[in-house]
Amino acid sequence: MGLETTPSQTIGPYFHIGLTWLITDNLAREGVSGDRVTVEGRIVDADGIAVGDAVVEIWQADAHGRYAHPDDTQDKPRDPAFTGFGRVMTDGDGVFRFTTIKPGRVAAPGGGSQAPHLNVTIFTRGLLKHLITRMYFPGDPANGDDPVLQRVPAERRETLIAAPGEGKSGALKWDVVLQGECETVFFDY
Amino acid sequence: MTSRPQNLQTKHLAGYRKPDRGTQPDYHYPPYASTVKRSPLKPLVVLPTTLSEVTGPLFGYDIIKANDFDLTKQSSGDPIGERIVVSGRVLDANARPVANTLVEVWQANAAGRYPHHRDTHNAPVDPNFPGCGRTLTDAQGRYRFVTIRPGEYPWRNHYNAWRPAHIHFSLFGPAFATRLVTQMYFPGDPLLEYDPMYISIPNERARWRLVSTLDWETTIPEQALGYRFDIVLRGRDETPFENDMRLPR
Repeated sequence: MGLETTPSQTIGPYFHIGLTWLITDNLAREGVSGDRVTVEGRIVDADGIAVGDAVVEIWQADAHGRYAHPDDTQDKPRDPAFTGFGRVMTDGDGVFRFTTIKPGRVAAPGGGSQAPHLNVTIFTRGLLKHLITRMYFPGDPANGDDPVLQRVPAERRETLIAAPGEGKSGALKWDVVLQGECETVFFDY
Repeated sequence: MTSRPQNLQTKHLAGYRKPDRGTQPDYHYPPYASTVKRSPLKPLVVLPTTLSEVTGPLFGYDIIKANDFDLTKQSSGDPIGERIVVSGRVLDANARPVANTLVEVWQANAAGRYPHHRDTHNAPVDPNFPGCGRTLTDAQGRYRFVTIRPGEYPWRNHYNAWRPAHIHFSLFGPAFATRLVTQMYFPGDPLLEYDPMYISIPNERARWRLVSTLDWETTIPEQALGYRFDIVLRGRDETPFENDMRLPR
């Protein structure tokens, strides 16, 4: 007989005390292979007000499209220098930033591949349980047949695709709207 | 370790089961005022099980220091308050231990004050209590912290609102799908029934899972009372579902 899962509770406003030690805003340290990207985004609430106390965690595959995890048994090389985990916090303006590499395509169940994407977890005061979303890359032709994007109503897909950022190449902009007309797509899993 | 289904590579993956109905709070819960503008109101999109959800970050002992489990030893002096031992097991919903997983905790001091610039409560800060710790579970899923019993404190959710004493817990588990952040409470706390966060959990029995129990086994005589807090993360299905990739109608 199974056990019931422990209920989630909010991370509250004081999480910096316990979670700052593991901040990882550069997933693409020296020795990691792949194209560097810098992601900057802003988290806002229903009124467009900055969410200045959020934690954003990233989980992603390496440049080959392989996760640093024993359950990823895809027959492809793995970058031993890449862990795929990131954790950043928003500043007073609701802005978060991190540097990483563009992941490769990961196998999709049933055959085929997923488009390159980052798996993103968002925690903040006011969220009794965390939010799960994904960030995809602008202009990638693989977005057209990604099995997850296909499940998202067409008019909302754009919320999951970053925009080219300003300045140097590899800069990406990806804002997150927690509630409202332009609400980001969040997943139930 | 849990048994690993075969044929993970391409076809169908065994996923992690969703929590039982009523055991998790909703996003939108107006008695906790901060949810009103920060919770999504559009329908969530159901994710299929892919490699992205059944994998997740794993951490090793290289990032943990020997004293990180003892919140009373983070400074040259002793923190003020009642020393306690908080321990338990991390299991999955299949009742299997979750081994070698990172557990992070943070909490207020004995006076109900966090050493944080946003905490304006006028209770004293304890210079000897930074209020955070971390550890990895052992092969049986066990963890153990030594700390100070945290104080209750006022917050501005509603008139005369007070949070029950609590310790924040953050856990990863084996996969992206098993991440959990929660709070541990203390048995018999009269504030629980007034706490919007606690009562946001619809099922009363599920709420009790957040309340630790007094534990004589881990109590250290003449030193520290023990509290036991077991945590259950989502469990994985034994077999993949053939229809997992079915598109919504």
